[in-house]
Amino acid sequence: MKILLMGNPNVGKSAIFSRLTGIDVMISNYPGTTIELKKGKMKLDGETAEVIDVPGTYSLDPASRAEEVAVDMLQEGDLVINVVDATNLERNLNLTLALLERNIPVITVLNFWDEIRHLGIHIDVKKLESCLDIPVVPVVAVTGEGIKTLVSRLHEAKAHQKRYSEEERWENIGKIIREVQQITLKKHTLLEMLEDLSVQPLTGIPIMFSVLIVVFWTVRIVGETMIAYLFDPLFALYLPLVTDLSRMLGGGGVIHDILLGTLIAGQIDFIQSMGLLTTGLYVPLAMVLPYVVAFYLVLGILEDSGYLPRLATLVDAIFHRLGMHGLAIIPMLLGLGCNVPGALSTRILEGRKQRFIAATLMAIAVPCMAQTAMVFALLGPYGIKGLGIFFMTLFAVWLTLGFLLNRFLGGETPETFMEIPPYRIPYPASLGKKLWMRIRSFLTEAVPFVLLGVLIVNILYVFGIIGWIGEIAAPVIVGIFGLPKEAVAALIVGFLRKDVAVGMLLPLGLDMEQLIVASVVLTMYFPCVATFVVLFKELGARDLLKATAIMIVTTLLTGGILNALL
Amino acid sequence: METTLFDLKSGQEAVIKNFKGGAEFQKKLRSLNLRAGKTIRKVTAEPFHGPVVIEIDNTEVAIGMNMAKKIVVEASESGSDT
Repeated sequence: MKILLMGNPNVGKSAIFSRLTGIDVMISNYPGTTIELKKGKMKLDGETAEVIDVPGTYSLDPASRAEEVAVDMLQEGDLVINVVDATNLERNLNLTLALLERNIPVITVLNFWDEIRHLGIHIDVKKLESCLDIPVVPVVAVTGEGIKTLVSRLHEAKAHQKRYSEEERWENIGKIIREVQQITLKKHTLLEMLEDLSVQPLTGIPIMFSVLIVVFWTVRIVGETMIAYLFDPLFALYLPLVTDLSRMLGGGGVIHDILLGTLIAGQIDFIQSMGLLTTGLYVPLAMVLPYVVAFYLVLGILEDSGYLPRLATLVDAIFHRLGMHGLAIIPMLLGLGCNVPGALSTRILEGRKQRFIAATLMAIAVPCMAQTAMVFALLGPYGIKGLGIFFMTLFAVWLTLGFLLNRFLGGETPETFMEIPPYRIPYPASLGKKLWMRIRSFLTEAVPFVLLGVLIVNILYVFGIIGWIGEIAAPVIVGIFGLPKEAVAALIVGFLRKDVAVGMLLPLGLDMEQLIVASVVLTMYFPCVATFVVLFKELGARDLLKATAIMIVTTLLTGGILNALL
Repeated sequence: METTLFDLKSGQEAVIKNFKGGAEFQKKLRSLNLRAGKTIRKVTAEPFHGPVVIEIDNTEVAIGMNMAKKIVVEASESGSDT
């Protein structure tokens, strides 16, 4: 048996999916969090049923790709759980009635049941059941309230196949709404006032800058604090262990160098030694992880509060000049965490041109948190100037390149037409779950690549490949970027992991200007291999080739100009 | 007073009258329940030709400037207090 979860975007389908199947999925407060079909299993009357979380759709007329997916899924399903936002019944019922024309059993779920009371909305569930002639179950998906009732009533789901024209459908909805829903005058809550204030330009723009500054400083301070008081002390306890091991291995040799790296001034140096058990663990765990945790904590709060669609509205005018909707701020923000989910989330954007521009700009000019963390470590000692030039350069590249791509690429970017969800207080349990999912995926997916990166560095050095490529690449590295030949090693490792690559700049003894050039070049020249694979899937071979060509040209220009200016 | 959503003052309430656009355009608007007869409130318009933000049924919707110019509304005299 196949159970489909269907409904408008941002009504809580994924939260219900997670409740039914026990599978953790990403839940946020903006339309389009779920970008692909998620499948899971649940027990139903002693049998296993498959539950499918279908991306949100406003109608069953296949107008967009997401809606086509939803309509196609209908052929395969045996039962539909139609998730409805109880705070917006009228609009949601359009899809419910459309589903009732499809001769598939439907049960309707009224989510956000806890919110309607303070909105002054009263819904007569019994009457709604008899109007629709299907079971209707009120739930609060984030807390799990009502989910048991939903499961126990699944078998009551009923199929209909009345055919309506669209006019008749809306007429019908009007009738139902008059019967079952009463709205009493409500007080405006603080959150509702904030909803208006944060999109009105006069107040919204100062709020936007405050939010961005608070986000930046929170990430830095939380990250630094965790390093100083948690991770560095832990690695201080670990140091004697590896020092003993180094002594046991005789302080050198192939095995020693691969496991512990080379000794710097007779000591193990966690950043520079480049061994699997030293740098390979220290970089991802003590330098990058703290910032990853801090960033995803703040991002989760932004996502769940409902601020991001408002941010998207405020920046829409600027983004449209770069050929994108304001909503493209979401791939950019996710990209600041990791470029992989950033590239995936370009799917929420309509139109091929827009997706190409967003993916290309993100891959070129948005540094992931792993890399940013290392840049913090390298440029941090030079104060705000070094970091300032680094970020401003990338921002300037992002703006200029977006503007040019919009000018010279064919195709149109349609106008914005987007629902802005209400503000909601983030629910701590789901916030924590989301944070944990992201940390887990960093630990299981990123750390192995870091280890591989460190291993490859060793192999490259042992066989003298670095020196050889360094000679070939010298005209570019030395001539254009003003960096020493040895920096080529960082560029090679950068294909694998940008954080390890930035770390490799440290032993080169670069000055601030060179560090900035190298960090900028490392961000721009090529996405890491994980991002590259996702971009290939999302863009296809031809567009990826185009994006890569743009990357190379932009990197050479930016690195060269920066080197000349600094 | 009949005007377009674009020209409506921020904070003002209005009833949607009709649309100066084709069937596809109207279908797109209907997906977020923007239909003739619905009452809306214009929250704001973003600067530099940004989108217009309206409130309809407790939900805020951002609508591109050129789309807003094609939505004809009847402004209500009351409700312009904000």
